[in-house]
Amino acid sequence: MTPDLPLAGLRVLDFAQFLAGPVAALRLADLGAEVIKIERPQGGDMCRGMVVNDQRMGDDSLVFHTFNRGKKSVAADLKAPEDLDRVKALIGTADVMIHNFRPGVMERIGLGYDAVKALNPRLVYGAVSGYGAAGPWKDKPGQDLLVQSLSGIAWLNGNDGDGPVPTGFAMLDVATAGLLVQGILACLVRRGTTGKGGLVDVDLMSAAVDMTFEQFTCFLNDAKGQPRRHAQGNANPYQPAPYGIYETADGHMALAMAPLAKVAELLDCPAIAAFGQDQAFAQLDDIKAVVAGGLAKKPTQHWLDILEPAGLWCAPVLDWPEFAASDGFDALDPVQLIRSESGEEAKTTRCPIRIDGMQLRNPAGGPALGADTETVLGALTAPADA
Amino acid sequence: MKPLEGVTVVDFSQFLAGPYASLRLLDMGARVIKVENPDRGDLCRHHYVSDTRVNGESTLFHAINRGKESIALDLKSVAGRDAAQRLVQGADVMIQNFRPGVIDRLGLSYEATRTLRPGLVYGSISGYGEDGDWAGLPGQDLLAQARSGLMWLSGNHGQGPVPVGLPVADITAGACLAQGLLAALYRQARSGEGAHVQTSLLEALIDLQFEFLTTWMSNGQTPPQRLTEGSAHGYLAAPYGVYAAKTGHLALAMTPLSALAKALDQPELATLDAFRDREAIRQRLQVVFAARDATEWEADLAPRGIWCARVRTWEEMQADGGAVVQNMLKSGGHLARVAAPIRLNGTRPEPQGRGPALNEHGTALAREMGFALPA
Repeated sequence: MTPDLPLAGLRVLDFAQFLAGPVAALRLADLGAEVIKIERPQGGDMCRGMVVNDQRMGDDSLVFHTFNRGKKSVAADLKAPEDLDRVKALIGTADVMIHNFRPGVMERIGLGYDAVKALNPRLVYGAVSGYGAAGPWKDKPGQDLLVQSLSGIAWLNGNDGDGPVPTGFAMLDVATAGLLVQGILACLVRRGTTGKGGLVDVDLMSAAVDMTFEQFTCFLNDAKGQPRRHAQGNANPYQPAPYGIYETADGHMALAMAPLAKVAELLDCPAIAAFGQDQAFAQLDDIKAVVAGGLAKKPTQHWLDILEPAGLWCAPVLDWPEFAASDGFDALDPVQLIRSESGEEAKTTRCPIRIDGMQLRNPAGGPALGADTETVLGALTAPADA
Repeated sequence: MKPLEGVTVVDFSQFLAGPYASLRLLDMGARVIKVENPDRGDLCRHHYVSDTRVNGESTLFHAINRGKESIALDLKSVAGRDAAQRLVQGADVMIQNFRPGVIDRLGLSYEATRTLRPGLVYGSISGYGEDGDWAGLPGQDLLAQARSGLMWLSGNHGQGPVPVGLPVADITAGACLAQGLLAALYRQARSGEGAHVQTSLLEALIDLQFEFLTTWMSNGQTPPQRLTEGSAHGYLAAPYGVYAAKTGHLALAMTPLSALAKALDQPELATLDAFRDREAIRQRLQVVFAARDATEWEADLAPRGIWCARVRTWEEMQADGGAVVQNMLKSGGHLARVAAPIRLNGTRPEPQGRGPALNEHGTALAREMGFALPA
């Protein structure tokens, strides 16, 4: 890695599997840290075998490489005393560790926060769970769709009259990973002054509430209960007309916040102007129906040519082929090529953060299971008495 | 001691993405000073979602800006700019989300501020980056979602685009910025070196879709297929999705078909191919689940290791969710609020009550930093 990356010299042990934990460690790796996955010798991270859409890279799923590129791998059986001792010695050399075992598991192994703090007081310890360590849901699987279902998020997407509409990708896993990264880095900043590590706990449920915090604050303060989704083109139940998605003669477009009078003028549609701006909430479905009737008559580009120069907030709705072919995509240059140890290549996206104008890229794929066991553990001296 | 105690953030940003980043830093102990225009302040003060207001200001302003200090400065005036520079000189972190180019004209570009305050960690957030045809477009959440391809991932086959019904671009971009700022602060503490941290709504949305996009870029651009009903992930095999029960809905996550066949006493399910036959499986399961209430299904299947959850509304989540949910939702006073989504040494940071009135801390800040408050 480039030596002047912000986290150069930092050692992170990633005991986590699947998504939120490994993605947090991935972000730390992209920012310059050395990340070592600690995996069970039989099969390793379960994600290695989670083949989505029948895509592999080498022996492992493409998804595994997506989440674990640029990391090292040490195979260790935490239930075998000899391996556990070596891992404890490794913890003595680390700055950060991350795990997503269910609450209580790490304590039983002897790697709970208090035990690890005694081994290495400077260590920052990050734990990911589904629902925190207490409460009625603590033993439910900490899985993205299930947390979306429990947290009310599935009732924010889609239209009034639809059933629940989940967000169709692992939004909460990625959000949880981001929160873990923030907490870990904040504790590392503090360590610079105090010399002491810390414990950071995040969970998918708290991330779900945080993603909706703006809307949830409305819900908590308006005594109106679950917000009603718009009858059509809903994009946020709390936004007034014309906010949402509309069908045009040849596709779809999005309209964000816009004064109704201006919309009426630009669409040449006096029926919109019949509604006052103060009716934008109360009569949003009626207003959106009229706007939809107007926009349906002409193709998307026709409307963009009129609305964009007039300063109205609108956009065409693109699919991936259109997006990937757009100038906007090109300007960000978000794709990078990774290579597995066996030489296979795949495209993935780069870190979304730029530092000093530099895009953070790393061409390494994910490690083979145990690829670095000897190098990493062999470099350790005998474990100190704990 | 909260981890960021002693860190001062000067935040010139408005609306959600930038202020969300500074809120996350605030909850972990940082002091955040909002610099607002004297005319109306952060536009978010006047942006009402639903018609909920607290003391005449939009609820969401308070949600996003609780615990921050406010100073009103006209950055187009010499006096205002001088005062802003004094604030930057006393800061560790600065955040701005002006459209590309504007900040240079205000004399507060990264290059200008790093001579004012060597070692400054400077964060910029934009809609679509600083180059290319999209750089000048409004960096608004729904519009960034529309351009990013993400609207074709939710909802069902045959439907049009389905946006995520919450400000997902703003929040993820703010989170990315917070991560970059913290990484740079860590380096700054060791080497004294400052940094310019940049991200955008669009980069954050690409990152959010990175699992899917990586698959798509490697499979000859075969798009994910939404199911005809209850779709929840275009690349995952059956039974992943949402099913209508007699009353309510049940979500099923990754579950081996053989386990589900056994739990539901539907042996023929196990003979189907979880990916190729996923529509057929979905239809069969729909018939089975329609026979009982979602509450009963959850109580029956979850203890047997089937990954499922009854789909809840916010009221139901509050009622059923226990400590984690309760601790995030702070009622009381004149403003109920949402706390930090992170716990430090086992404790969730206590959220501050409300956002500041415009220029509430102007006089005190001018005295502290030693500048005259512009008239």
